[in-house]
Amino acid sequence: MATIKEKEQEVIEEFELFDDWMDKYNYIIDLGKALPGIDESNREDKYLIKGCQARVWLLAEYKDGKVMYSADSDALITRGIIALLVRVLSGQAPADIVEADMSFIDRIGLKEHLSATRSNGLLNMIKQMKLYALAFQQKN
Amino acid sequence: MPIHTDTLRKAFPILETKVNGRPLVYFDNAATTQKPVSVLERLRNYYERENSNIHRGAHFLSQQATDAYEGASKTMQSFINAKHTHEVIFTRGTTESINLVAHSFCSKFVKAGDEILISAMEHHSNIVPWQIACREKQAELKVIPMDEQGELCMDAYRDMLGEKSRLVAITHVSNALGTVNPVKEMVGLAHEKNIPVMIDGAQATPHMAVDVQELDCDFYCFSGHKMYGPMGVGVLYGKEAWLNQMPPYQSGGEMIREVGFKKTTYNELPFKFEAGTPNVADVLGMETAIQFILKLGHQHISAHENDLLHYATGQLKQLDNIRFVGTAAQRTSVVSFLFEDIHPYDTGTILDKLGIAVRTGHHCAQPIMDFYQIPGTVRISLAVYNTRREIDVCMDALTRVREMFG
Repeated sequence: MATIKEKEQEVIEEFELFDDWMDKYNYIIDLGKALPGIDESNREDKYLIKGCQARVWLLAEYKDGKVMYSADSDALITRGIIALLVRVLSGQAPADIVEADMSFIDRIGLKEHLSATRSNGLLNMIKQMKLYALAFQQKN
Repeated sequence: MPIHTDTLRKAFPILETKVNGRPLVYFDNAATTQKPVSVLERLRNYYERENSNIHRGAHFLSQQATDAYEGASKTMQSFINAKHTHEVIFTRGTTESINLVAHSFCSKFVKAGDEILISAMEHHSNIVPWQIACREKQAELKVIPMDEQGELCMDAYRDMLGEKSRLVAITHVSNALGTVNPVKEMVGLAHEKNIPVMIDGAQATPHMAVDVQELDCDFYCFSGHKMYGPMGVGVLYGKEAWLNQMPPYQSGGEMIREVGFKKTTYNELPFKFEAGTPNVADVLGMETAIQFILKLGHQHISAHENDLLHYATGQLKQLDNIRFVGTAAQRTSVVSFLFEDIHPYDTGTILDKLGIAVRTGHHCAQPIMDFYQIPGTVRISLAVYNTRREIDVCMDALTRVREMFG
């Protein structure tokens, strides 16, 4: 299993292929469409991360020392970015997730989506992913 | 003179901005308008040549600044046709004006069991101050309903006005829907039962002439920055009779007559409500913005903006799966919409990349989005410097959005 850093590097290299923002966003949209997401039945308020604009749902499970995330959003670009976050953090050990700096988002030019004023739930989603990891870490 | 945008736009250097290599299309005017050079020069000149604290007299600059400030009060008075200059109180903006009324009016005139009426299409700024005041006084906040078009239900309103109603606080123009409410009629109905009315005019003053004596409203609030003026300044108009009875909102310098450690007496209007050093520069900038509007002429501004509104609506209609939010018969300067199959956040992100500044989301009016059961809208809000050409650019961008997500 690749480490978080290795996975981040993989994503950065993928995004280096795009010359213009349009291609990049088309790719993010494709990622969003491909994300398995969460069953309608699990889109409950208790899994909801509130953003002003887009809503994000996040679930986490602890299996064999690793945290497995599944997530969803009602906005497609947000879903695409979620797919990247899940890809990088899912299946990792809680301690590594807590320590991850997630700077790859900045490196691939999507930082604007993580600003608090965008209020699309992504910033809080990362916080919540880490909180889950922290909780699993402390349980064990 | 009819509006010539080619000439007019030269007064707004910011409109030449490039975003991602494309010319900026600024369609977020309901959030704040851009400022003409005359306003910027007024601010600069004040600090460069006139700056001094006012109302403390005793020297040349102070007297000059005081005269300028008082001149601006007169300009505001005539702009809204208030009866007296001292009925114009300068605030930080509409939000502070509303908070002032909610605090001072309610502390004096509202008691447990009373009712305050607001409407279903209010901005958060005209909801939350009343919620807080009502909670403090154990009064009830009642909401005048609206229909699917985004028009207030006048029959329901009539029925709601009653013995317990202490104040009606409604918006003149909805920031999220563009609806122009029949405020004159609403004031008349409330006054039949001796209920005063406060109007949130933040979205009205940039687009239409407002005459507070003709409306006969008891309070009227508006902001400088939404009408080509600086941020951080606005006006509360209040009828003298009400303002004289209301206690001060904030306390400090300027608002006092005599201060002793045992007792302080308050100054007369408008000083009673203008505690501390006033925001002189921005008040003067707002005055210049008003002169800018008056020079263009309200009838010409309306004609130009209505033309754009109709053109934009007609063009947008051609797009697949578009849903307009707010289709009231009387609207101004705002087109709110979403694609049924595309989240407004996605639409807004791509428009931004293409240099088009729109607002997406709930526009600080969450109850409206709940009413329509939508996550938000994309809002195009127009100003006098916008053009049909910009609407065409926006149409091309929206067509691209549909190709990407549709």
